[in-house]
Amino acid sequence: MKRIRKEREWQIRELMFTIKLLSKNPSAVAGFVIIATMVFIAVGAPYIAPYDPIKISLRERLSPPSPVHIFGTDEMGRDILSRVMHGARISLRIGVLVIAIAGSLGAAIGAVAGYLGKQADNIIMRIMDVILSFPPLVLAMALAAALGPNLNNAILAVAFVMIPKFARMVRGEALAVKEKQFIAAARASGAGSLWIIFHHIIPNCFSSVIILATLLLGETILIAASLSFIGLGAQPPTPEWGAMISVGRKFLMDQWWYPTFPGLFILMTVIGFNILGDALRDIFDPRIRR
Amino acid sequence: MPETLLHIKDLSVRFFTYQGVVRALEEVNLAVLKGEILGLVGETGCGKSVLARSVLRLIADPPGKIWRGEIFFKGENLLKMSSRRLRHIRGNEISMIFQEPMSSLNPVFRVGNQMQEVVMLHRRVGSAAAREICIDMLRQVKMPDPDAVLSKYPHELSGGMRQRAMIAMELSCRPELLIADEPTTALDVTVQAQVLSILEELTRKKDVSVLFISHDLGVIAQLCDRVAVMYAGRTVEVASVWDLFSEPRHPYTRGLIRAIPRVDEEREILAVIPGVVPGLIRPPKGCRFHPRCEAVMHPCDRVTPRLVEVAPGHQVACHLYKESGEEHDADTRH
Repeated sequence: MKRIRKEREWQIRELMFTIKLLSKNPSAVAGFVIIATMVFIAVGAPYIAPYDPIKISLRERLSPPSPVHIFGTDEMGRDILSRVMHGARISLRIGVLVIAIAGSLGAAIGAVAGYLGKQADNIIMRIMDVILSFPPLVLAMALAAALGPNLNNAILAVAFVMIPKFARMVRGEALAVKEKQFIAAARASGAGSLWIIFHHIIPNCFSSVIILATLLLGETILIAASLSFIGLGAQPPTPEWGAMISVGRKFLMDQWWYPTFPGLFILMTVIGFNILGDALRDIFDPRIRR
Repeated sequence: MPETLLHIKDLSVRFFTYQGVVRALEEVNLAVLKGEILGLVGETGCGKSVLARSVLRLIADPPGKIWRGEIFFKGENLLKMSSRRLRHIRGNEISMIFQEPMSSLNPVFRVGNQMQEVVMLHRRVGSAAAREICIDMLRQVKMPDPDAVLSKYPHELSGGMRQRAMIAMELSCRPELLIADEPTTALDVTVQAQVLSILEELTRKKDVSVLFISHDLGVIAQLCDRVAVMYAGRTVEVASVWDLFSEPRHPYTRGLIRAIPRVDEEREILAVIPGVVPGLIRPPKGCRFHPRCEAVMHPCDRVTPRLVEVAPGHQVACHLYKESGEEHDADTRH
């Protein structure tokens, strides 16, 4: 009992230490603030958005930013601020789900290939190469179309496209890690391949997986948006950032506010994830932690 | 005579590289007896580590291959057993300590997690009990403040501490044979002495046999019961420590011992064995030592000498010696 309590206390101390490190790192704070804001907007959208995002009001169509509609309105007179806020829900959900699925599967596949080597590596990585040889958007389109156009299928399609990116990177890392002596030591003390892959290889690849995940979050959100644009992702009238940009594109010359605000939100989200991920890597790397 | 724990018979290991086949080990014979510390000496690149890794089948394949031979552990052939049985033997019955304490521990986990994991797996105990065992083992390797060490990351420990942690980890599974592959090479001399005395004390106390690999004759003399000398992938002499140092038989062993600088002798120039270790892709024919040997004679460059017993417990592979009672068959074999 005493041990468990001690362990718990220790975990809390470790967490406080992490928070302290985080607060000392300016880019981490900036990234964290941006992402926290996005998450807050996404979670709170139904309560803080001033209007219903899908309520049409044709009399107010394409009105410029004003105190009434801070970000203006679109061609149906819907409030763009409210739509952008609700869009955060969708885009963040897509990003997180896709990266979670692709990251875990990709890391597992890459680690298995890298560690086992030989034929297993050859077969697995050639399959990954086949997937990589398609432009990601085209393959995602084909998959989404085959599965049927809706948001969940779009998520699966984008995740599938992202798997080889993780697999390839983790495989490379695994090749380096498996030559380390602690792997030989683990084998010498009777560890099996699966144990080594999941207890030694993958944890050692973690920091680069986090970096890649943050980088790909942006791409993921963009691909998902593109799918929505051609009607294979979020279905209208769902407020999705990418779909909004795509539709708003033709209004850019005269009604600049229509595609600009969703675009700014995508930009902010992607930058936020990138700098946060970068800072997190530094903070969680045990070699520079203390 | 104590029973034989590990018996290596005519073991040959080859590495298939683009430059050719490296004959890293050629018909090596070796036995580790129960409870003894057997030293294995030789120059860099003579195959000591390959031998150590072959025992646990840790040779990377490709490029390495155990070409021929048998390795018996308590009567079981390690080279023929299922990988499942082998995994059971690894760690439970045979443990290994590596040369580089810096990289033997996984850098992303705490020392305690790694040790506990091993103990829980091998001794089938819960995490609390495993922790107790770890603390106890760390205390036995004279680690200061074992409780704190458990929650540290490997990079926070010094080389000596890491190596002691490795010894503690390997011995916590209560193996019968410990293979120590130059465990002190990366450490400085004072730490080296400390680690060696801990290793000796613990293995003697727990009655663990040790295959101790080193290129340091001083360490071997101090620690081991018997010594095997390797040269270019072959065992050239096996004897008790006393016999080997007082009466070395093989010209190579003699050269090695002569090359040790001594404090009680004033010598301007260090004695050396002329020449270098041959490459193992095209090793010299016959006795692999003959191009550097001072006593080279007629059959040396053609016939490979076998290990023969020249005195009780003293084996030499050299044409200078004949087994008592048995005729030299070099010419007939040729």
